[in-house]
Amino acid sequence: MQHAHPAAHAPEHETTTGLDHRKLLMWAFLGSDCLLFGALISTYMIYRGRSLAGPFPNGPEGVFDIPFTSVSAFVLLMSSLTMVLALAASQRGHIRGMRVWLIATALLGTVFLGGQFFEFTAFVAEGLTPATNVFGTSFFTLTGFHGAHVTLGVIILLSLVVVSLRGGLPKEESLTVEIAGLYWHFVDIVWIVIFTLVYLIPAPLPPHAG
Amino acid sequence: MAVPAEHHRAHPGPGEYIKIAVILAVITLVEVAVYYVPSLSGALTPILMVLSTIKFSMVVLWFMHLKFDSVLFSYLFVGGLGIAGAVLIALLFLFGASHTIVPGAA
Amino acid sequence: MATITGSMVGVLRRPTSHYGVWSWMTTVDHKRIGVLYGVTSFIFFLIGGVEALVLRLQLAFPDGKVVDPEVFNQLFTMHATTMVFLVIMPLSAAFFNFLIPLQIGARDVAFPRLNAFSYWVFVAGGVFINSSFLFGGAPNAGWFGYANLTSRAFNAGSGVDFWALGLLGLGTASLAASFNFIVTILNMRAPGMTMMRMPLFTWMTLVVAFLLIFAMPIIAVALIQLELDRSPLATNFFNPANGGDPILWQHLFWLFGHPEVYILILPAMGIVSEVLPTFARKPLFGYPAVVFAGVFIGFMGWGVWAHHMFTVGLGPVANSVFAVTTMFIAVPTGIKIFNWIATLWGGSLKFTTAMLFSIGFISMFIIGGLSGLTHASPPTDYQQQDTYYIVAHFHYVLFGGSILALFSGFYFWWPKGTGKLLDEGLGKLNFWLMIIGMNLTFGPMHILGLNGMPRRIYTYPSGMGWEFWNLIETAGSLVIALSVLVFIINVVRTSRNGKEAGPDPWDGRTLEWSIPSPPPEYNFATVPVVQGRDAFWIEKYGLHGGEGAHHAAPPSHTAGSGNGDGHAIHMPQGSYLPMVTAFGQTLMLAGVIFGYWLSGVGLVIMLGGVYAWCSEPVSD
Repeated sequence: MQHAHPAAHAPEHETTTGLDHRKLLMWAFLGSDCLLFGALISTYMIYRGRSLAGPFPNGPEGVFDIPFTSVSAFVLLMSSLTMVLALAASQRGHIRGMRVWLIATALLGTVFLGGQFFEFTAFVAEGLTPATNVFGTSFFTLTGFHGAHVTLGVIILLSLVVVSLRGGLPKEESLTVEIAGLYWHFVDIVWIVIFTLVYLIPAPLPPHAG
Repeated sequence: MAVPAEHHRAHPGPGEYIKIAVILAVITLVEVAVYYVPSLSGALTPILMVLSTIKFSMVVLWFMHLKFDSVLFSYLFVGGLGIAGAVLIALLFLFGASHTIVPGAA
Repeated sequence: MATITGSMVGVLRRPTSHYGVWSWMTTVDHKRIGVLYGVTSFIFFLIGGVEALVLRLQLAFPDGKVVDPEVFNQLFTMHATTMVFLVIMPLSAAFFNFLIPLQIGARDVAFPRLNAFSYWVFVAGGVFINSSFLFGGAPNAGWFGYANLTSRAFNAGSGVDFWALGLLGLGTASLAASFNFIVTILNMRAPGMTMMRMPLFTWMTLVVAFLLIFAMPIIAVALIQLELDRSPLATNFFNPANGGDPILWQHLFWLFGHPEVYILILPAMGIVSEVLPTFARKPLFGYPAVVFAGVFIGFMGWGVWAHHMFTVGLGPVANSVFAVTTMFIAVPTGIKIFNWIATLWGGSLKFTTAMLFSIGFISMFIIGGLSGLTHASPPTDYQQQDTYYIVAHFHYVLFGGSILALFSGFYFWWPKGTGKLLDEGLGKLNFWLMIIGMNLTFGPMHILGLNGMPRRIYTYPSGMGWEFWNLIETAGSLVIALSVLVFIINVVRTSRNGKEAGPDPWDGRTLEWSIPSPPPEYNFATVPVVQGRDAFWIEKYGLHGGEGAHHAAPPSHTAGSGNGDGHAIHMPQGSYLPMVTAFGQTLMLAGVIFGYWLSGVGLVIMLGGVYAWCSEPVSD
């Protein structure tokens, strides 16, 4: 929308800090979103080892499939790489390259979501639902919120591709790609935390389930 | 927007991005490997925490450009991150759940 | 963000009218949004006030029969929810909206449409929560909705859902507004307006915005957990039968709730810090100390939440830690109070209505702060918990604090917003009735609380020794109602034949007084260059000048002066989309109660609104 009246918008770029409004807003949003995941992760950690009935996350009755989740985590990590490559292409004016990398990022994100869907289905088949115990309650809520963030990210990336195909997002607009990328990387780093705290560090079993 | 006045230093190029990604992949591999080594199970938690902190920081510093951009962005993000971390630690202590993350503390 | 094809421009034509209802519904002008915030939250103030009056009538005599216990529960829940989320917060937002761009020398906020979105989400959320009265009963679990009072098993009606979903909606409004003001204040200051030259009100707004963006996500998580527990998914967050812990709710609520206390009081402190120097005709004493005390309060506000939970049984270590941090937070508050008093010291005081309300704020807030200190100590708090003493405390800080300061703000900035002065005679009547009424209403609550009268009881038998003070309190609440009536009469009368204010009726110190009243749409014809703190005062009297150094004609940024006459200034046009998007979001939340199909419809409307928003042309 900056094209319509470039003259009218020009003064707004001379901001007090020299930073773009939208980028500043995105970073403030990410700072705020830290607290959203902070509260969700806190809840999960408080309820570790407090489930009264199984299935439990790990141990003999555990539901976690570490190799599978590791691949998922790897896929999401690599989507961060394709995202920065899209940004680099955009900044250099390689519009087609940018589209390819954006689509690749969205695709990797979709693969991750597919993995999460598969994992959820498998857990339910093993008798773990959000209602089963506090592990199920806090696990599905935490990872579900993360999945919702990834979904929103995929929608944003695909929207950028559509905008680009219609002639938007030239080199001068690479900041839009950068801001979308900030959101995408944030979703990735949240998963880095979840992967470690939820999956890899084994939770103590409840006393009676020893 | 044509004038990137905000960039204190130029963002890295694709080559450096790929280098970072390779390091991230290797760390992930090490994380999963450590998980399967029985003799390391006592030190599993601290090792994993250090490794994931490195991964987290690398994505934030390079892919999100905090290393190169205005320090104001860092303040905004670290502010939220710091409060979230403090809240997590405080709640774990208040619920007596700190032992679930520090093995042997119980 | 996108280039627009010709056909889309036709569909998304932006509204251009400057008059009539539609121009207000689609406005993105921060001043108009500020006025909308003010009017809407004042209506909620009247609703919440009527609820309080009914509560007081019920308690006026022993064995009261005005309302039954269930209605009483709904009324005290809605009174508190309304006053906190639909009155004090949005009334503060009204001042943020109207004043921040004016005080920092900007033409608008950073994201005008996002600003309109905040307002419409707030309106929709407020109407949504209050509509619960029509759909089977209002929320009845108290404003902090402790688990398990809110679980499906003990609270089957939909009132709690209205409450939780409504607060979620209002949370997005606060978040969007806070992001907007953070970016505006950091990024849109006039040349020369460094951080340490910003007016105190702007500073406090910045602190509040940061508190909101960090506190709101926590209550959002708690509310979502509550709704998941009540949903068909039947999660166990607060269900002890299956390992859940109701205390988690208390922690999450007060992790938000205590910063929220400062969210309610810091804007009031900002207002007072503008009013006192103006009518003392002195700069604010110890400006940096007041700024840093405000920032420090905001920071410390994160470390005291468990003082709301001393009687939970967290153990002596936790109780001691939170007692110490709570007593410590009184220090920056004390710094502010001493600085305000020192501002008055030796000033040539003008006792206008705005000044009286500000002095009233200081006095009442000291009382509320001191009673607060008494329950910073766990042993005394054990005595006071859940008694009327607590009710007395927070009404002294929220009514004696926030509301008095907000009225001070009304009287101070009314001429800037409308161009007309409010009547000083009626204003002083308003002030005296309000301060007498509030002390009659809330003062005796200290005594009743220490005598053991619990809060939230719908009645009490005679012979407890509580009759006299309860009757006095009810009489006092009617005096408060009378004072609000006087304010409304004042507004109606002066809007017809009030005195013209002119641009600078109070000999003001900050930039908003340098432009006409009401300000033109573009605020500043020429963007001011700021020379120091109290920017407009310096322009009028020079950097070191006293009152004797009056320039012949104070420079102003009014239309016609300098090289800009305002016609060349391009302001963003109105937009329907913030309202559409806000409507979609509220439908989404309502669908949780009325059927998920409605959520689907809401989602489609919201997404449509967002996409249209991103591709909306800047202007036709």
